[in-house]
This record gives sequence, C-alpha cells and structure tokens, in this order.
Amino acid sequence: MEKRIPAWLVLEDATVFKGWSFGAEGQRTGEVVFNTSMTGYQEIITDPSYKGQIVAMTYTLMGNYGINKDDMESRRPFLEGFVVKEYSKVASNWRSEKSLGAYLKEHGIMGVEGIDTRTLTLHIRQAGAMKAVISTTDLDEKILADKAGNARGLVGVDLVREVTIDKAYVWSRAAVKAKKHFKVVVLDCGVKYTILRELMRRHCAVTVVPAHTPAQDILALKPDGLLLSNGPGDPAAVGYVVETVRQLMGKLPIFGICLGHQMIGLALGAKTFKLKFGHHGANHPVKDLRSGKVYITSQNHGFNVQAETLNSRKVQSTHVNLNDGTLEGLRHKKFPLFSVQFHPEAAPGPRESEYLFDEFLQMMQRRKGKHA
Amino acid sequence: MPKRTDIKKILIIGAGPIVIGQACEFDYSGTQACKVLKQEGYDVVLVNSNPATIMTDPQTARRTYIEPITVEMVEKIIARERPDALLPTLGGQTALNTAVGLAERGVLKRYGVEVIGANIKAIKKGEDRSLFKAAMRKIGLDLPRSDKAYTLAQAYTVAERIGFPLIIRPSFTLGGTGGSVAYNQEEFKRLAKIGIESSMIGEILIEESVAGWKEFELEVMRDTKDNVVIICSIENLDPMGVHTGDSITVAPAQTLTDREYQRMRDAAIACIREIGVETGGSNIQFAVHPETGRMVVIEMNPRVSRSSALASKATGFPIAKIAAKLAVGYTLDEISNDITRETPACFEPAIDYCVVKIPRFTFEKFPQADQTLTVSMKSVGEVMAIGRTFKEALQKGLRSLEIKHYGFDSMIFTDLADIRPPDQATMDMLHQKLRLPNADRLLYLGDAFRLGMDVDTLHQMTGIDRWFLFHIKEIIDLEKELLVSGAAVSRELLTSAKEYGYSDRQLAKFWGKKEEDVCALRRSLGIIPHFKLVDTCAAEFQARTPYYYSTYEQ
Repeated sequence: MEKRIPAWLVLEDATVFKGWSFGAEGQRTGEVVFNTSMTGYQEIITDPSYKGQIVAMTYTLMGNYGINKDDMESRRPFLEGFVVKEYSKVASNWRSEKSLGAYLKEHGIMGVEGIDTRTLTLHIRQAGAMKAVISTTDLDEKILADKAGNARGLVGVDLVREVTIDKAYVWSRAAVKAKKHFKVVVLDCGVKYTILRELMRRHCAVTVVPAHTPAQDILALKPDGLLLSNGPGDPAAVGYVVETVRQLMGKLPIFGICLGHQMIGLALGAKTFKLKFGHHGANHPVKDLRSGKVYITSQNHGFNVQAETLNSRKVQSTHVNLNDGTLEGLRHKKFPLFSVQFHPEAAPGPRESEYLFDEFLQMMQRRKGKHA
Repeated sequence: MPKRTDIKKILIIGAGPIVIGQACEFDYSGTQACKVLKQEGYDVVLVNSNPATIMTDPQTARRTYIEPITVEMVEKIIARERPDALLPTLGGQTALNTAVGLAERGVLKRYGVEVIGANIKAIKKGEDRSLFKAAMRKIGLDLPRSDKAYTLAQAYTVAERIGFPLIIRPSFTLGGTGGSVAYNQEEFKRLAKIGIESSMIGEILIEESVAGWKEFELEVMRDTKDNVVIICSIENLDPMGVHTGDSITVAPAQTLTDREYQRMRDAAIACIREIGVETGGSNIQFAVHPETGRMVVIEMNPRVSRSSALASKATGFPIAKIAAKLAVGYTLDEISNDITRETPACFEPAIDYCVVKIPRFTFEKFPQADQTLTVSMKSVGEVMAIGRTFKEALQKGLRSLEIKHYGFDSMIFTDLADIRPPDQATMDMLHQKLRLPNADRLLYLGDAFRLGMDVDTLHQMTGIDRWFLFHIKEIIDLEKELLVSGAAVSRELLTSAKEYGYSDRQLAKFWGKKEEDVCALRRSLGIIPHFKLVDTCAAEFQARTPYYYSTYEQ
C-alpha cells in the first residue's frame, strides 16, 4: 500500500478515531457533526453554514464523482474538516474536473478517511454534538483531547462575520424581456449560491449585501423584498442582524431561510436553543401545516426556534418536522414575513420545496400591487 | 386519511410458479401484504398456483386457492368469494396481467371489484410501450430517439439523424421476429432491408441503442395524498444491454452528483404521477450516457418488483408491507417506520453501507444455452451482500454465490504469485470474456488486472464505469501485497485486507496455510468483525428492530 499519512479525530471527551489524511495536513478544531446525505458532498463542503464545524459523512464512500465547477455553493469551502469512511482515489463522472482530495488540499481543508463514521455518529447521537480536533500533527491523545476541549465551540460565537462578504455585489440584473421582475436584496450571512440561482431563475434582480448592512441602507436600495440567508453558528450571537430584521419587519416582504429563519424568530421575540446533535441531511420529512402535504427536505442546522416561545397572536407556525416535532416554518399574521428552517433551495437534497420561492414572489407581487 | 372501511374483503393474486425472472421475491412481497392486511382486519383471499410458497401457508390468508392463475380461474374465485377489492401489484407480472385480463373481460365491473394499488389505466400506461412513451414525452422526459421507416431511403435518413448503434425492430412480424442491432452503415443496410421485408406492413422502427450507457433504478412510493418518496437508488455495474436481473447492481447509486441524482429523482416522481400509480411502489429505470450525461427513461414497473425486494432488504424499508397499507388508504405520514418506530415512514432511507447484488447462474444445468448475457434474463437467483465499502460487499457477495469462489479467484492462473502472460489463445479467450457480458466476467476482470491491464482499457472493452473498475483494481493490487507479505503480514495490511472483504480462506490459499491458522493469526492481532445495523437512518435515530451485517473497521 502506498504510504499513508496518519490523521486523528479526537473529541473533547477524549474519544479517539484514527484514520488517514486525504486533504490538507495540519490541525483544526471545530464542532463535529454528522450528515446523512448520500450525495452532495461538494455542496456540503462549499456551504458556508459549516463554518466552525467538522463534518462527518455517514455514507461510507466519498469522492466518487470528483468536484466540478457548477456545483459550488460559495466562493470557497468554509468548514473546518471533512471526515469519511473511505475516500475514493478515482473520480468518475463526465462533469468531474478534479478529485475531492485535490480540491481540499487546494483550499487548505483537512480530509480524514478510514474513520468508522457510524460509531462516531452513534457517539454524537447519544452524547450530543461536541468539540473536536482533527490533526496530522501532535498525535497524542491527551494533547489533542485538551485542544478539542479548549476549542471555541459554537454557542455565543458570531461566525457570520467570518463568512459574509465585505462589499455588496449584484448577482443578477433583471432580464429586459422578463414581463415582471422583482428586485431582491439578499442579506449574506453565508448564503448558498443556489438560493441566488433560484431567485435568478425567477427573473429577480438580486443584490447581495454584507450581513452588517444597516436597515436604512437596505431600504435605500428600494428592494421589493429581502431574503435573509442561511449561515453558520448561533443566531443569538448575531444581534446586529436581528436588529436589522426588527427594523425592517412590516416595511417590506421578508423571506428567511435557516439562520435567517432563526433571526426572524428572535426578532419576533421568540427564543432559540441548541439541538442535541442538529439536523444535517437530505431526508427530513416536513409537513406543511397549511396543506397537510409532506415534503422531504434538505436540512443543516444546530440551533432551532423554540415553538412555544412564538407569540401565537402575531405568528402562525406553518411547518413542522415529522421526525422530532420541531418548528420548521413560520409566517407573520399581519406583515409580509415568513421563514423556514429547512433549505428550499436544496443543493444537496430534494428540490420539492422550491415552491416557497414562488410564495416569496407572490408576496412581493401583492405588496407591489398594493403600492402601485 | 385512516384506512378504508368501505372495503372488507380483498383478493390478492400471487405470482405462481418460480420461473427465471419471477422468483421467491414475489412470495416475500405477497406474504408481507397478506399479513399486514389481515392485521388490519381485512378478510384476505389469496390465489396462487404454487403451493411451495410461504404465502400459501394456511394461516397467511383467510382462504387460499391453489389454482392456476388464469383469468378464467380467477373469475370463478371472484364469483364465489365476491371480494370488494383486488390487489394485483404484489404478485409480479403474472398478477398484473391477470388483473388487466379480468378488467378487459368485464369481470371486475360485473362483480363490482375495485382494483387497489394501481388502477387498470395506470397499469396499461406503464406496461404498453407506446402509451408509456407518449406519457413520458408529455412530461418532458427524454427517451431513446426513434423513428419509423417504410423504405430503405427513409431508413438511411433516420439512421443518419440518430447515429449508430441502432436497433431495428420490424413491426408486426409473423412469429414475432425480434429486433437486431446495427453498429455501422454496412450492417444497417442489410438489417434494415431484412426488417422491412419481414414486416407484414413493411414498417421498421429504428431506435437509438443505449447499450453501454450507465443504468440506474429508483424505487418510488406514493400515497393517496400524493406524498412521494424515493426508497432506494440502484446503480448497475453492468451497463445497459444486460438485463437488470442478470446485472451486478449496487445500492445506493455511486457515480451521480447530487444535481444529477435530484434530476433523476424529479423525473421518477413526475413519472409515477403521470402514469397514475395512486398508491404503492414502482420501479423506474434510467440510462445515462457516460460522456454527456444525457438521461433517458427506459421503463417503469407499476408494481412491486424484483428490485423492490432488494431495495427493501438494502434499506430496511419494507416496501411491500407499506404498499399494502397504502393500498387500503393509509398515507405515508400515518405509518410509522418499522425499525425506529418513532419516526414516520414518510421519509427517504439514509444508508451508511454499500449493498451489492450478484446474480447466480446455473448454465451447467442448461448446456445448450448461450451463456452470453443479453436483454433477456438468464440468472436463476441472486445474492445480496452488505459491507461498509463496495470492495467488501463485492467480495462477500462473490463467496455467497456458493459456486466455490471465495473472492476474486482466478479463472486463468493457478499460481497467483507467478503471473506470466498466457498464450495467445488464452489471451483471446480473456478478451472475449471481457467484451461479451457473461456470468464470470467479474472474475476475468480480476485476471485482467493481474495481467496489468489498466482501468481505461477495461472501461473501453466492458463499458463498466471506471469507478467500479478502479475499486476492483484496488482489491487485486492488495492481493499482490498480501502475496508478498505472506503470513508475516503486518496488522495494518491484514486490517486492510479484511476491510477489502478478503476472507480468511482466501488469505489461507495465498499463504499456503489452513483457514483456522489465518483466523487465529487475525484474532491474535485483535482484528475481529463488528456487527453493524441496517436501520434506515444511518444511526440518526434509535433502532428498535434492526438487522445486522458483519464488517471490519480500523
């Protein structure tokens, strides 16, 4: 066998998993989470919401179809590390441009293979998400367990500032021929490109602005609607965005996704809490309480809005997770404002809840009609 | 929606005798259906001509008719039993055909029997080639290109437009002369002429050949509320051209990106809706061009199929059982997941292992049969193996076939430590065994790698995806190291061997030892199997009634 570089994953409770490096070498800490998607590692790796996290895939064979230029979800990978059972050295797909290992190395991201990710998953499921270190250096259980314990974790940390952009940019302009189009401002807390692609596909002129953009600057762009994006970490640590949302509620149509949903929840006076091990996968059943229909959704969140803390006079619960009963969506009874905890843009995962983007357009249409 | 109370008695049609293409998988699905409907309080009547089945055990249905499964006989049973409903989707093609026959003869109408699971219109739309094609075109799904021709000149124009290889099917032939394949202009000229001449109406259908394309299947379920879920994706190691029943297949799909997989998922959902299978499972097959990614729909089975049985065992999601519940009005969100109990059946299983199915052939019992694998099924059974990796599952599967192979045994070499290029005749035989699909092709691939042939060359020769070939090559590469190391193997290398699915017996053969000795050595190094769960959810939730497979981990 060719020479392999040992790489270890050590949890804060001193549980050790020994494997081999297939990405960059070095040492990184983060919260380790498991993801149950069987396809879509490229989208997962490039999803900024994984900032601060080491992602372990439960499906055992990764790298099979390589990396291509079209399936990027952001400008670069933000996650802290990628942990798999077996990394395939050969990538086979007509769109593949490079191997997963080469891509990770290029961006300085560690990849560890040879890990029993099922045992790791069981451990996290029982003990809860925990801090961890992955390392090709200092291969000493005690030293690494201490480093894992001293890692910053997610609670109370503003990770949005680490993934948002510095300057606003235009993603798409309105097509001249489009009969009706809307101008949407996307507040980038770590936005996935497919959210922007879904808006563009619906002929929206999309401007992406940094997470710290104040409310009056957003209003100055005269948008038809505001989209609050997904993003990493603890929503309670991103008070400045919650404040922006509070000031804009009722002033223009707002659609929140994932972290955006949590920040809407906070702006409405609800509380958020950290889930034991989060939802990370592409097979979560969510019921739309308005139609009774069940959608298989893509999910990636460690925090959740506490349903009981929502003011039911002002806010309606629209979606619920059928696995654990947690809140998955809400809608304001008076303001044009709604949000979902899951990912209607999918990528990876089933695309069947993209109807929510249509609902956002309808919301902007109604608003525009009223003011026209 | 709770279960229906307007139906009380349900007739289930079994699959009849075991034949190639229709074996015990339909006994498995039918038995599950009988049991669950009985539990739900329905009066279950069963007809199946095969008494050597579980489903015909006296306690399975309330009344069992061991009679020929013909329209005439089932009509008599209906006249006597007066069932409220007929469930034809769990007894394979036989049951489906019988249901269509009963409907066409007006039997169902006469006795007021409702078809549940899939209605007659959906069955016809799914099974009739032209109706199916029209339905797929309507929803914008791509199909293999085809066109009709009545003269040679027309045929040449069509051929030029579609491109080779081409399938030529004469319409309405006496004795049902089948289609032929033309790979070039020469062959086409000859075959098109024969085709037009043999057709009673002088018409041929010229169809794009998708032989050699990548082949995939999705198992889909739908309920009366129109919730649709994908239970399992399957990728065939053998490309298009070999019947799925004769193909080595792998779950889940390995070489599709999420974008490509979702496109296939969307297509499968659109397909089940358009065909109109109201409740239960369907199996939908796709072909994907390996260089361009063009995806075409091949066919759909509007019923529980051989692949559903595989998908059920591969995921822990009991398709037939759930299909029976859906047929009587339950919806997916009302049924709980058998294994976790607390989460609903309305979800898509996440698997954290690799499943390989290998067909089992008995050509020794059919010495006259052409052993080349084609589009008609020739295997008499199959094995399913579960491992953490493809390599492990593949080797486990090979030794489960009970054909005295314990992994990648060589077909050519007696001494694996001394591989020399064989004579020309053997090389020619090897090339032929690689080019033409056959029962032993997998083992010949092992020999090809032993001879130093590379993945690209073998991909060209076999059409098998490079991903699968590369993993087979890794197995053979490790064999070389194991032969060099001998029994003085390091713990690391032996662990890798076990992770690659090598059995102690194979290693004993490599090293000239006894199996017990290798086992003892392995244990002394602390390398022991672990048992992991098939739990539908990749360990995300607690499993109450899982089943297990053995594997090795670091």
